[in-house]
Amino acid sequence: MLVLGIETSCDETGVAIYDTENGLLGHNLYSQVELHAQYGGVVPELASRDHVRKLIPLIQKLFDQCQIKTVDGIAYTAGPGLIGALLVGATVGRSLAWAWQIPAIGVHHMEGHLLAAMLEPPVPKLPFLALLVSGGHTQLVQADAIGKYSILGESLDDAAGEAFDKVAKLLEIGYPGGPAIAQLAKKGNVNKFRFTRPMIHQANLNFSFSGLKTQVLTTWKAQQNIDEQVKADIAYAFEDAVVDTLVIKCRRALQETDLKRLIIAGGVGANQKLRTALTQMTATIGATIYYPHPIFCTDNGAMIAYAGALRLMANQSESLSFNAYPRWKMDSLTIV
Amino acid sequence: MKLITLDTSTEACSCALYIDGEITTQSKIAPRQHTSLILPMLDTLLNNAGLKPNQLDAIAFGRGPGSFIGLRIACSVTQAVAFATNIPVISISSLATLAQVAYIQLQAKKVLTALDARMGEVYWGKYKVDAEGIMCCDGEELVSKPENVTIPPSNNWYGVGTGWNSYTEILVNQLKEKLDNYQGKIYPQADAMIPLALSALKTGNTVIAKDALPIYLRNNVVQKQK
Repeated sequence: MLVLGIETSCDETGVAIYDTENGLLGHNLYSQVELHAQYGGVVPELASRDHVRKLIPLIQKLFDQCQIKTVDGIAYTAGPGLIGALLVGATVGRSLAWAWQIPAIGVHHMEGHLLAAMLEPPVPKLPFLALLVSGGHTQLVQADAIGKYSILGESLDDAAGEAFDKVAKLLEIGYPGGPAIAQLAKKGNVNKFRFTRPMIHQANLNFSFSGLKTQVLTTWKAQQNIDEQVKADIAYAFEDAVVDTLVIKCRRALQETDLKRLIIAGGVGANQKLRTALTQMTATIGATIYYPHPIFCTDNGAMIAYAGALRLMANQSESLSFNAYPRWKMDSLTIV
Repeated sequence: MKLITLDTSTEACSCALYIDGEITTQSKIAPRQHTSLILPMLDTLLNNAGLKPNQLDAIAFGRGPGSFIGLRIACSVTQAVAFATNIPVISISSLATLAQVAYIQLQAKKVLTALDARMGEVYWGKYKVDAEGIMCCDGEELVSKPENVTIPPSNNWYGVGTGWNSYTEILVNQLKEKLDNYQGKIYPQADAMIPLALSALKTGNTVIAKDALPIYLRNNVVQKQK
């Protein structure tokens, strides 16, 4: 079965073809990051307007690359995300399926991220623990089956990626903040600053990054001379605190659930320091870690095509009355 | 000729099917329900005619102005259907459709269309019917405060659209004796798009799927960071 995946939940237009026999056939991504950079964050109306311009040309290019004229099913991100942006992908996806008279399925964006590590070998077996960490989410999820997910903990305020963006804005080093901070942090002194690891002394698996951001701000304001070295030192200490916090909570979640596999997904999952630290941690407790390819860590069409293919193969599909869901709980999905 | 038209630019959600002179249509006033309605409506029209989407010859959509989300729904349906079946697209102004509705339902020949654009503004344009019974734009379509809707030099204008509902007093005062009548509870309807679409097809005024895009009129939607 050939499945076209469409992702338009935020500021990336992503499309992909997943073949249930042969795996991923091709994928294309158009990032609007430059469009939004001048505003310091995503402008929802501009994002929607860009998706409607870019989506069909991106699908055309993909079909040409894969040398196909049609598919057997369509998967589109139905939520959560920006309503206007979601509606473009959902409407194009559901309408293509109507025109071709094939089934379509609305996919939960975070399920896409959760399953992205299964796109390529080594494919992790269920059950597993997943750390979903991006600009919009910071969650620890227990996956027992496809569609059976429990959220063990999540951020009570800012997502980790959001904190990266805000700190980068403060340090005036650009948007998106993740790669900018990681780059700058390489030049930072290890012992110059140290920030608190938020919520690590609480027994739960929740996160909070808003206080850490404030702590960075206070430190920044207290500096007499701000030069590149001070910026780098702050970037290092901030990245170190975020990574440490994520590692501590992941270890605790693995130990509490007795799960042996940890999956990392979401844009912050591309952070090299986080990857190294999590790899070391899992090795010491005898767990195995799985990462999607860095290009499938950020929003993409491939993960939606894959998650949709699993559901379409199980004969799930959406009626012609479709919709998009800006807020959609991950623990309320249908189990495959 | 087998043609479908659709418009979701306002609270109204409508589509119509034209098969060699016969028109069937589906329409409902249903704010924020357009995604639930539009494909089932199209499917009903085609099923009743025993047609499949790949048997269509052309598709026309309401390109705007109107609700941003609504415009993108009609546009996305249209792009997808045109891409999947490789048929040409006709982009039709929702104000032209509104004027055509006024011509069909009220026999109005000179129409000042105005849609409520929120934020204290209206989308508006002047339309006159030509010898073929097609409403044509006289000047350009604009978004402005209702006070800035310019007064046409001639008499016998008919005001239509939700703008006339929201800003009755201002608009009536603008036009004074040049206005014959007005009707605020008239919406763009897909069956009125059929003559407009056929006329555009005759002159080859079509685009391919990827070039079928909304015309928002309001493009100043964000303030740059200082």
